[in-house]
Amino acid sequence: MGIVSLGFSGLRSAADVKLPPGQYLTTDFPVLSAGPTPHVPLDRWEFVIDDGTNVLRRWDWKSFRDLPTETFTVDLHCVTRWSKLGTSWEGVSLDTMLADVKTDASHAMARSYGDYTTNLPLSDLMNKQAWIAFRFDNKDLAPEHGGPARLLVPHLYLWKSAKWVRGITLMHQDKPGFWESLGYHIYGDPWREQRYSGDE
Amino acid sequence: MMWRVGTVIALHEETATARTITLEVSDWPGHVAGQHVDVRLMASDGYSAVRSYSVASAPNSERRIELTVERLPDGEVSPYLTQQIAVSDRLELRGPIGGWFVWHAQQTEPIQLVAGGSGIVPLMAMIRSGALAGSTAPFRLLYSVRKPEAVLYREELQALSDQDHSLGLTYAYTRIAPEDWPRPAGRIDAALIANTTWPSKLGPTCYVCGPTSFVESTAGLLTAIGNNPDKIRTERFGPTGERQ
Repeated sequence: MGIVSLGFSGLRSAADVKLPPGQYLTTDFPVLSAGPTPHVPLDRWEFVIDDGTNVLRRWDWKSFRDLPTETFTVDLHCVTRWSKLGTSWEGVSLDTMLADVKTDASHAMARSYGDYTTNLPLSDLMNKQAWIAFRFDNKDLAPEHGGPARLLVPHLYLWKSAKWVRGITLMHQDKPGFWESLGYHIYGDPWREQRYSGDE
Repeated sequence: MMWRVGTVIALHEETATARTITLEVSDWPGHVAGQHVDVRLMASDGYSAVRSYSVASAPNSERRIELTVERLPDGEVSPYLTQQIAVSDRLELRGPIGGWFVWHAQQTEPIQLVAGGSGIVPLMAMIRSGALAGSTAPFRLLYSVRKPEAVLYREELQALSDQDHSLGLTYAYTRIAPEDWPRPAGRIDAALIANTTWPSKLGPTCYVCGPTSFVESTAGLLTAIGNNPDKIRTERFGPTGERQ
């Protein structure tokens, strides 16, 4: 299967690292977003967990930053095929933010400043798998990378890690977000190469 | 999404570093201007590399698409596509991909295109699509490019601009401008945006494509003169992304 391009050998990474299928390593931090970068002043920033009708939890920047934080090092995999390994972040675990929320919801829609949305099973936001991150590489997170704060769900393709995140809405059924409505996969597991809708 | 096979039927050198590859794809389902394809190259030992390239041609009834590829010095796929591939070679590709950075022939509002370097490619598909469809949507293109010799599609753009004034065309040279050029070489700034793009009160849809820093700065300037962020669509590529 496949067509061999004679004379093509490619640039292979010397290091023996395991990447998800179809990804290549970069040391850059490329940017992908659908529109202009929103600039959100900290005194107007808030993060809200709701169920579509009622607000369940709300933080302003100060109360958010009073939450216990974690530092963590994770690999990032973008659907545009770059992977960046060993990135270091500081953020608040979604486990902490969801701790007092009683819900039987199955899914969540992350919502951003600039009206971006992305959907995930709620279980993917729990059990030490997801954070609201505000520092990258020991520096405040730059606006083009999602600052002041972004969702980080590193086990899924990076479009699930909503930049400029402002809240999550809990849902009783799955619903496509922005890219998921435009031809990208509803779940987005890089290890199963779930890039586009129709990929298994 | 399935992989398709494209056969190279023509090669055209656009500049010293950019080449247009015309592919015949027998099962091509059609595309919308602005979409891209993933191209996969495989070495004889099975190693493969995939990169995304914008389609440069307008949607048409033939099973043909054109990709314009800019050679990146440290690129993995672009050197092969711009230097080694030959007519009648076959390539694996899948697509069309992308439903956001697209222009549909039904759109009638003014269109503002802003290209940085090879970011012109998907915007050219929009311009060609408009011309082919006989669209009444007025187009303006602000094209930022290093130097005159790096301009892609110059003659075609000039012809469309001369022909019926449906395309307003402004070049911004960033490193070297032609001798008689009214504006010194330099990046797109607030004055150029204010003087050459559609007034925001006309409600244009803006498409901005280029390197990340170019898109960041240009989208910011378009927002600053009153364009609604909802009406600004962006596509960015970094040196590692090879996305055009």
